[in-house]
Amino acid sequence: MTPAPSLPPALAIGAVAAVALTTVLVGVLGLRISRTTSDFYVASRTVRPWWNASAIGGEYLSAASFLGVAGLIMVNGAQALWYPIGYTAGFLMLLLFVATPLRRSGAYTVPDFAAARLGSNAVRRATSVLVVLIAWFYIVPQLQGAALALHTTTGLPGWVGSVAVVAVVVASVMFGGMRSITFVQAFQFWLKLAALALPALFLVLWLAGRGAPSGEPIDALGAASGNAPAIPASLVAPDGVYRTVSVMVALLFGTLGLPHVLVRFYTNPDGPSARRTTVIVLSLLSVFYLFPTAFGILGRTAAPDLAGQADATVVLLPARLIDGPLGAALSALVLAGAMAAFLSTTSGLLVSIAGVMSQELFGGSVHGFRVAAAASAAVPLGAALLAGPQALAGSVGLVFAFTASTICPLLILSIWWRRLTAAGAIAGLAAGALACGSAVLFSAIVPGIANMAVLQALLGQPAAWSVPLAFAVMVGVSAVRRRPVPTAVDRFLVRIHRPEAYEPDPAREATRSSR
Amino acid sequence: MSPESLAAAVVVVIVVLAALGLAVAAVALRLWRSRRDFGSDAERATYTTLHAAAQAGRHLRGGLEPDGAAKAVRHLRAMLGSPALALTDEARLLAWDGESPAHSGTVMALALKSLAGGRARIASAPEVSCSAAGCGEADCRLRHAVVAPVQAGSRTIGTVVAFAPDARAGLVSATNEVAAWVATQVELAELDRSRTLLMEAEVRALRAQISPHFIYNSLNAIASYILTDPERARELVVEFADFTRYSFRRHGDFTTLAEELRSIDRYLLLERARFGDRLQVSLRIAPEVLGTAVPFLSLQPLVENAVKHGIEAREGVGRISITAEEEGADAVVRVEDDGVGADPERLRQVLAGHAGGEHVGLRNVDARLRQVYGDDHGIVVETAPGAGTLITLRVPKSQPDHDVGR
Repeated sequence: MTPAPSLPPALAIGAVAAVALTTVLVGVLGLRISRTTSDFYVASRTVRPWWNASAIGGEYLSAASFLGVAGLIMVNGAQALWYPIGYTAGFLMLLLFVATPLRRSGAYTVPDFAAARLGSNAVRRATSVLVVLIAWFYIVPQLQGAALALHTTTGLPGWVGSVAVVAVVVASVMFGGMRSITFVQAFQFWLKLAALALPALFLVLWLAGRGAPSGEPIDALGAASGNAPAIPASLVAPDGVYRTVSVMVALLFGTLGLPHVLVRFYTNPDGPSARRTTVIVLSLLSVFYLFPTAFGILGRTAAPDLAGQADATVVLLPARLIDGPLGAALSALVLAGAMAAFLSTTSGLLVSIAGVMSQELFGGSVHGFRVAAAASAAVPLGAALLAGPQALAGSVGLVFAFTASTICPLLILSIWWRRLTAAGAIAGLAAGALACGSAVLFSAIVPGIANMAVLQALLGQPAAWSVPLAFAVMVGVSAVRRRPVPTAVDRFLVRIHRPEAYEPDPAREATRSSR
Repeated sequence: MSPESLAAAVVVVIVVLAALGLAVAAVALRLWRSRRDFGSDAERATYTTLHAAAQAGRHLRGGLEPDGAAKAVRHLRAMLGSPALALTDEARLLAWDGESPAHSGTVMALALKSLAGGRARIASAPEVSCSAAGCGEADCRLRHAVVAPVQAGSRTIGTVVAFAPDARAGLVSATNEVAAWVATQVELAELDRSRTLLMEAEVRALRAQISPHFIYNSLNAIASYILTDPERARELVVEFADFTRYSFRRHGDFTTLAEELRSIDRYLLLERARFGDRLQVSLRIAPEVLGTAVPFLSLQPLVENAVKHGIEAREGVGRISITAEEEGADAVVRVEDDGVGADPERLRQVLAGHAGGEHVGLRNVDARLRQVYGDDHGIVVETAPGAGTLITLRVPKSQPDHDVGR
């Protein structure tokens, strides 16, 4: 079904170009040249937690959050609220278990951290492979989201959106040169927030002024199925206790292992600021998810016929409800925000893959980094073009399940259990990856599985059993092949858990303040 | 099967296949590189022996320590082809590899004579006996032992004990050679250690070296302000105190880029007091790299060099620019001046350690960076007489092994 373009293509393309351009400008202007020493003193201050938290939000809020959450709520109502809750609460786990020790370790990537903790190159390689896999899986929905958004608003063929996102991101990673990524990503967060909040407020006020268009609240699913195409099966949110628990496990623990989020923690100057940053991220995300939720509810009540293309609800709704240039402008604003989401998440992921790949294959050279960035963008682009569209929030949810079954146990046990061995870590990573990956694959390709409800649930949402399995294998293998803990491990653990020394120097402080 | 789940499956299959393909290609490339041009059996034997030696050598580079010895002894046994092999230092058994491990209790008794006399010998029954060792294996092959001393210089620092069913002359000479080879590795380890000590001494010297000229000039500059602008003079004295406090700190080989830049800020403030408007500095620092660990005092000599050649050695205004940014997984710092420059050939001599003189600070920074991060990470100097100087320093952002010593 090809909907009539709801936006003039020129307006849509203008909005997308504006996002790309502003992003570049912010990046370049973010680094002021300072000429006086007092300026320098300010410049040598490290990134403030507020900035860093905004940057993490900018990188984290992907297609799934921007489009997918509203789509799920549109179709499923309150049941789908688990997704925004899980996406946000994952940072609580990060705060509790990982943020501070990871920053104190001084490791820039997860493979570096694992190699330093376990003293094993095999662990580094296994983790590198997983990080690349995870990032690829994560980029695919971003590109599909871009294709969907551009296609539904302008009628342009789907591949244009995917290719455009990849082209912009690869170019900026390869020829980026001097720019401040933190400022860029922080700007992207506020752009996304504004691009959802303003239209949402407008729509609410507009509806409040006119009343719901059809006069009565609609049971969206029942009313919609008559005159709209059937709702895709994968858009239906998980129901039942097992599936809900499984999704929550995936989202809560999956955030712990996202490579592009963890890299941002390096920018914090020390452990406590990493903690503060995470708290701010939590509150920023809590505010942000109000708006996709609002869009979902608005769509459910005011335009239930959009359920067939629910993922595009956010982009279509303003132009649908408000006629004339105002509606078009609001839709264009949302489209710009959506593009910012695809661009920032894709670029964050691509940078982390390129870092890992250039380290493993090219010995960490700058040239290798560029080659790796270009090469690693090709795989998800191919996958996105060959595979059909999927439900965004659901497929990103599966990536979270995969991360939760692999990187998350590795990080948590590395940080909190000193007896973890390299052999145990590798066995657990392999078990988690194989269990989670093959379950998802089987549930998709084995015919007739849809008829067996229990099996379908177990395989379709594997996190509830694959995450404990990975933990158990790591602990079990480490305990069986038990060896004395090397002193280097104890030193490392002391360093990542020891609070930064407080160096009071009253005399110096007194001199300074009396100036 | 719905088209939606098919799409998911297609994505999974494509991505996994791509990853597998990449992994297979990487492994194949590595295998192909190591296996090409393998000809006769003799060549293969040479390769096997040298490979075992290289493996063992890596583990012995920390000296005769239990951890390294445990890993190395396996390869040493492969080189000798004996059923069991032990490695000791002067006082204790470091590692045992091979069959009938009950015999490991008797190793020190066997080694004592060679440790005292410094000569190789063959021990047989009754010294090597299953009943004395408490070995219960029916067909134990450990009948004789060849004990060869490991001698570093004139000292005997350990022994290699090879067990065998029969004491052939070939085994004795081979064991002697292995012991000599182990001695070489241990001496290399000591060389490494003394190189590190030398580096540390050089850093200490560098800390002391900052002082004379700079202290003299700074104090003179401050003195000139005491009557005309006492407030500024007071500030300068405080900055001076802070600067020396940082430079003379005792703990930690690493610090953050932010700390290092802060110290440079103080340094430039003091130099500015001396040169006034003749010194113009511009800075462009990406905040992301400020937390990166760098060797202590690795930037200050570069900036000092820029001041020396950009301002001191010429007339008129001199400009210095300092930038720091992310490039891939590295943090890159550039220090540039538009001063008199230098002869590249002469600078190359200095950096190679063949000539002394005014660039000793640069040489020291270069040597320390190479030692810590490998030869790819030395400083890069672009200069020519009259054309200014650009010094680039590149360190990996990820350094979980380095404590910045907060």
